Amino acid sequence: MKRAKVAYAGAIHEAVEKDGRLQLNDGRIVEEQNVVWLPPVEPRTVFALGLNYADHAAELSFKAPEEPLVFLKGPNTFIGHRGQTRRPADVDYMHYECELAVVIGRPARNVKREEAYEYVSGYTVANDYAIRDYLENYYRPNLRVKNRDTCTPIGPWFVDKAAVQDPMNLTLRTYVNGELTQEGNTKDMVFDIPYLIEYLSSFMTLNEGDIILTGTPKGSVDTKVGDEVITEIEGIGRLVNTIVGDETFGIKETSKKVTSQQTT
Amino acid sequence: MITANVKFQGTLQSDEINVKLTEGVIEKEGQSFSFEQLAVDAPVSGTVYGTLLNYKGALEALGEAVNEAPYKAAPKAPILYIKPANTINSHNRPILLPEGVEALEMGAALGIVIGRTATRVSEEEALDYVAGYTVVNDVSIPHESVYRPAIRQKARDGFCPIGPWIVKREAVQHPDQVHTRVYINGELRQENTTANLIRPVAKLLADVTDFMTLRVGDTLLVGVPEEAPLAKAGDVVRIEIEGVGVLENTIVPEKEPAEGGLK
Repeated sequence: MKRAKVAYAGAIHEAVEKDGRLQLNDGRIVEEQNVVWLPPVEPRTVFALGLNYADHAAELSFKAPEEPLVFLKGPNTFIGHRGQTRRPADVDYMHYECELAVVIGRPARNVKREEAYEYVSGYTVANDYAIRDYLENYYRPNLRVKNRDTCTPIGPWFVDKAAVQDPMNLTLRTYVNGELTQEGNTKDMVFDIPYLIEYLSSFMTLNEGDIILTGTPKGSVDTKVGDEVITEIEGIGRLVNTIVGDETFGIKETSKKVTSQQTT
Repeated sequence: MITANVKFQGTLQSDEINVKLTEGVIEKEGQSFSFEQLAVDAPVSGTVYGTLLNYKGALEALGEAVNEAPYKAAPKAPILYIKPANTINSHNRPILLPEGVEALEMGAALGIVIGRTATRVSEEEALDYVAGYTVVNDVSIPHESVYRPAIRQKARDGFCPIGPWIVKREAVQHPDQVHTRVYINGELRQENTTANLIRPVAKLLADVTDFMTLRVGDTLLVGVPEEAPLAKAGDVVRIEIEGVGVLENTIVPEKEPAEGGLK
C-alpha cells in the first residue's frame, strides 16, 4: 500500500494510489498534478546519516566512519513532492542526496538487529540537500548546512514495509533535468538498517513516526536555480523537486557575490 | 510576582499562574502552592534547539584549539543542535544516569520560547516573536570534542528537563542580563549571566531564523556556560534563572528508575 498526504480543495487529506491517480480518504479520485503534495509522514525526530556509503565518503575525501555519523533534522526543513527548494544567491556548491528514509512504527529501545525490522512501519524517499559553502567544523554537518527551510524534500509516498521485499537491495537514482547523475544501491550502506536501529535504540528511545535517512551514495553534483531534481528509489517512489532562487522568497538583499560583481 | 504558563500533570491544556520566585510559591485562583508541591509536565510543545559555544567563556575555554584541526577556525554562524522529543523531561522528575557513566554535565540554559512563526526576522523585531522564557537543563555525557554531532552524549531519554513554566516575555525586561545559577545538593556550583553571550537573544534569533524557521512552541536555548557542573547519582540539581524560574531534578541510576519511572 502506498499512502500520501495531500492538500486538495481546501483541506488536507490522506490518499492512496489508485491506477496512477490518487484516491482521497473521502472517496474522491483526483489527478496527482491537481493536489499539493505534503510530506507523507509528519516529521518529529529525524535522524540522518553522514558518509554511510563508502563510495560517497571517498568522494568527499573521508574514510567511512567506524561509528555511524548521525545528525538530527527539525520539522522546518521538510517539504513534499513537487516542492521548491531555495538555493541562496551567495553559494557555490549545493548538492542533492538521494536517500532511503526508514519510518519507525513503534517505540524501540535496546532492540537487537535480528528484530530491528519489527520496529519499522515503512519507507519513503528523501532528498537531503546540503549547501557545502556553509559547512563549519562544529557538530559537523551543522544545521546551517543540513536543516535549512525547504532543503529536505520527502515523499511522495509512504510505502508499507510489507510492500518492500528487501530494503537492503534497492537501486537509488538521481536525475538532474532528466540526466542520470547519481546511481547506487542500498546494499552498499556502511551501516545497514538493522544496525542503525540497534545502534540508535541502544542509547535512546525511537518513537513511532521517527525517521532515519540512511545516507547517500556517490554522485553528488552542484545544482542550479531552475534545475529539476528527481530522486528515485526502486519500488518506493520518485520524488520531484525544483531549485528556485532568492527572488522567489522576496529576498532582495545583495549577496556577497552580487556585491563583488558590483564593485568590480 | 510574574505571570507564567504551566502544564499541570494530567491535563492537556496550559494554565496561567502567578509565580512568586523569591518566596518559592505559585498562585492559581487564589490558592498557593510551594514549588515542591508542583507536579507539572514540560511546558513546551515544539522542537528544542540548542546553541553551541555561545558563551564567551565557553569559546575561550577551547583556546587555540579553534584554529587547529579539526576546527580550523572559530564558528562563524550559530552552531545549533537538536534535543529531540525523547529527551524532553520536566521539573521534579529524575534524570537517568546511564550505566558506565560516572557523572553528567548540567547545562544551565535560558530557553527562548517562540510565540509567532519566525523566518528571517530582523534583530530589531526579533523579540516580538518571543512568547516567553523558561529554564532548561541541557544534560550531556561529558565529551571533549565538538567536531561531530554529539547525539549519543546529548540525545538520551530525559536529557532535557524544561520548566517548570514559561514566563511571559514582558516579565523579563532584559533577557541579556539575567543570572543563571546551578546548585547541586544546595551548594552553588556555577554562576554566570546572559550578559556573556556572544550572540545576545535578539541577535541569535535573527541569525538562526536567517536559515531556518522557528515555529510557535519551538524553544531555542541561548547556550550553556563554560565549566558545566558535574552531577552524580543521587545528586539534586537545581537551576535558577533570575526572573524566570527554578528547575529541580534528581540524578538516578538508569538501572533503578524512581517511582513512576521515566515517561
